[in-house]
Amino acid sequence: MIALGLFNYWAVIVLMMVGFYTLIARGNLVKKLIGLNIFQTSVILMYVSFGKVEGGTAPILIEAAEHGAEAAEPILYSNPIPHVLMLTAIVVGVATLALGLSLVVRIKEAFGTVEEDEIQSASL
Amino acid sequence: MSPSPWTGRARVDDRVILRVGAKILIPFILIFALYVQFHGDYGPGGGFQAGVIFAAAFVLYALVFGLGNAIKVLPPKAAYFCGAFGVLLFVGVGYASMALGGEFLNYSVLAHDPTHGQHYGIIGVELGVLITVFGVMVALFYAFAGRRRLDR
Amino acid sequence: MSQNLPALLVVVPLLLAPLAALSGRAKIAWGIATAACWWTLYAAISLLLRVQESGVIRYSLGGWEPPYGIEYRIDLASAFVALIVAAIGAVTIPYAGTSIAKEVSEDRAPLFYTAWILMLAGLLGIAITGDVFNVFVFLEISSLSAYSMIALGQDRRALTSTFQYLIMGSVGATFIVIGIGLMYVMTGTLNMVDLAERLPMVESNRTIPVAFTFLTVGITLKLALFPLHLWLPNAYTYAPSAVTAFMASTSTKVSVYLLLRFFFTIFGEVFSFEQMRLNMVLMPLALIAILAISLVAIYEVNVKRMLAFSSVAQIGYMVLGISFGTVLGVTAGIIHLFNHALMKGALFMAMGCVMYRIGSVQLDKMAGLGKAMPWTMAAFVGAGLSLIGVPLTVGFVSKWYLVQAALAEGQWFVAGVVMVGSLMALIYIWKVVEVAYFQEPDPDHEIIEAPLSMLIPTWVLVIASFWFGIDATTTATVATQAAETLLGAMP
Repeated sequence: MIALGLFNYWAVIVLMMVGFYTLIARGNLVKKLIGLNIFQTSVILMYVSFGKVEGGTAPILIEAAEHGAEAAEPILYSNPIPHVLMLTAIVVGVATLALGLSLVVRIKEAFGTVEEDEIQSASL
Repeated sequence: MSPSPWTGRARVDDRVILRVGAKILIPFILIFALYVQFHGDYGPGGGFQAGVIFAAAFVLYALVFGLGNAIKVLPPKAAYFCGAFGVLLFVGVGYASMALGGEFLNYSVLAHDPTHGQHYGIIGVELGVLITVFGVMVALFYAFAGRRRLDR
Repeated sequence: MSQNLPALLVVVPLLLAPLAALSGRAKIAWGIATAACWWTLYAAISLLLRVQESGVIRYSLGGWEPPYGIEYRIDLASAFVALIVAAIGAVTIPYAGTSIAKEVSEDRAPLFYTAWILMLAGLLGIAITGDVFNVFVFLEISSLSAYSMIALGQDRRALTSTFQYLIMGSVGATFIVIGIGLMYVMTGTLNMVDLAERLPMVESNRTIPVAFTFLTVGITLKLALFPLHLWLPNAYTYAPSAVTAFMASTSTKVSVYLLLRFFFTIFGEVFSFEQMRLNMVLMPLALIAILAISLVAIYEVNVKRMLAFSSVAQIGYMVLGISFGTVLGVTAGIIHLFNHALMKGALFMAMGCVMYRIGSVQLDKMAGLGKAMPWTMAAFVGAGLSLIGVPLTVGFVSKWYLVQAALAEGQWFVAGVVMVGSLMALIYIWKVVEVAYFQEPDPDHEIIEAPLSMLIPTWVLVIASFWFGIDATTTATVATQAAETLLGAMP
């Protein structure tokens, strides 16, 4: 039961390993980048699932809470910080992916292929 | 514009739904981007998302009307300029707050009332983010799309 | 202004980077980059002096009090590392002006300098930030700019080696983020000081060792510790000469600093070394790096690649010092951090001069260069002596402290390995010297000395490597104090 209760971590681990395996085992550079992106996305999922507070709502300041909140029960928010952090990580991921893809385009122009083994035999 | 694979038929006919659809959609996409931008102070949203949506409008335009037309609307140089200018705006807000005696990016000092200062500060910073993200996204699209044309 | 100096150290380059991108002309962009580099040198020196005078500087960005906001926290170790980065940047940028004009096309040069400034800002940011997630952001800023600069190398293999570096670097960074996330979920804070206070409370939980492991793998990948060094030799070999010199002397050094920061300040020496037994991992790897990678360097015929392998071996020395976990050992590591930046910078810059004139750094092309380019090769020999560890050079100082640290622990074997490593450095430096000075030059080619704008920066580093070798008190004092701060021996 404990294992099932932590299903978000299982999802993260599966995604992470799928990405990592693709990254290591595939010789195609574009597939490697896809693997890298899945790997990074699993981390985003991990952070976002950290931030969830059970029963918590989206951390948006509601007007009612601002003005006449004393009577109402306090609103339980999910933790917004992991989300903010992951916004940054997404930007980093986008930049990495764009740079990686542009490298692949230039590798294709220089070597005529995006397969790792063919590139290796071409550069010898 | 890239040559149509269905030669023999008038190209405009092929794409008339796309063209009309895009023409209707693009203004709404731009407005939605601005909504996300200015709503970002209080709710979900902000410069990054808004910049991507804003850029999506241009990408849609380029896909439907061709890269050549899109470049006429927004030259690649302008996209690069946006990419750099947004960062300048962002950092500029930081410098302004330092010049007024606060820490870097301390918005509270930007106006007499700290709350107003925070409003101004966040709007400036988010606008910088919007412009940068928009410029970079469009520049990325141009870079990849333009290269494929050269390849043919 | 002066109270904002910690922020300005990073923010001035961030302001100048888009200006360099907008300038559109290589010369103007270079001027802006020079301004950025020299400004950071000034700022880093004044920060170091201020830290020595009045202790730790804390600066909360945006006026948000730590631990809620991002904090810049500058103690002696971070100020020292920031100074190394800024100094190397300030020395290599005049050199880059000439060297890059030849190696990178005019239309790409403004963006090249933008990347240069961003890399500088990223490295300085890592050194002074007090927030662990901010570390990751700056790490990626510097890495992404490094990738784009390496990809501008002339050889087409620069592209594939950049790709390799990009994949491995991103995996390393992602491992670091995973580690940070696991720490955050256990403690609810990202501030380094706060983390250090709260971690002991949750240490018994299994998550913390997992976080520790992810961080160890991620950081050692970034600092290219054997066997995670595979990205480094190719990246250094095919990058433009100025980039190699800048990167070799700064980026791995900053990663070593991260290692120190995470394992001593955040996790604490007791947890890292007694509970997790980090030294059982680091020390063997460092020793293998020194012996095996030096051996690889001996058989290498591309001199830039040889020096790149030698860098991996030298990183072994730094990590070896750290792995003792004593004040003396960490001092040795920090001293070598500084010294290696000087000598490897000079060596790579000398090779850049050779590249500039003969377009290759293959050993067989360098026959007779001692006569054709006397100043360049003299600089190479000077910095090479330092790499070997001849007395009166900085290399000797590093090795002296390392051997002392080893002997204080009674590790005779380790001290022996340090000696053997020096002998191996002698062999590979000698190989170059032999070809350059004792072989007849190819009479068909008229080779002239490298331009002054490249020679002067090279010689600045060579002279510095002798200066701090003869009078090591300054570096030794700062390094000892920094090590004491890190290990908590001093408040």
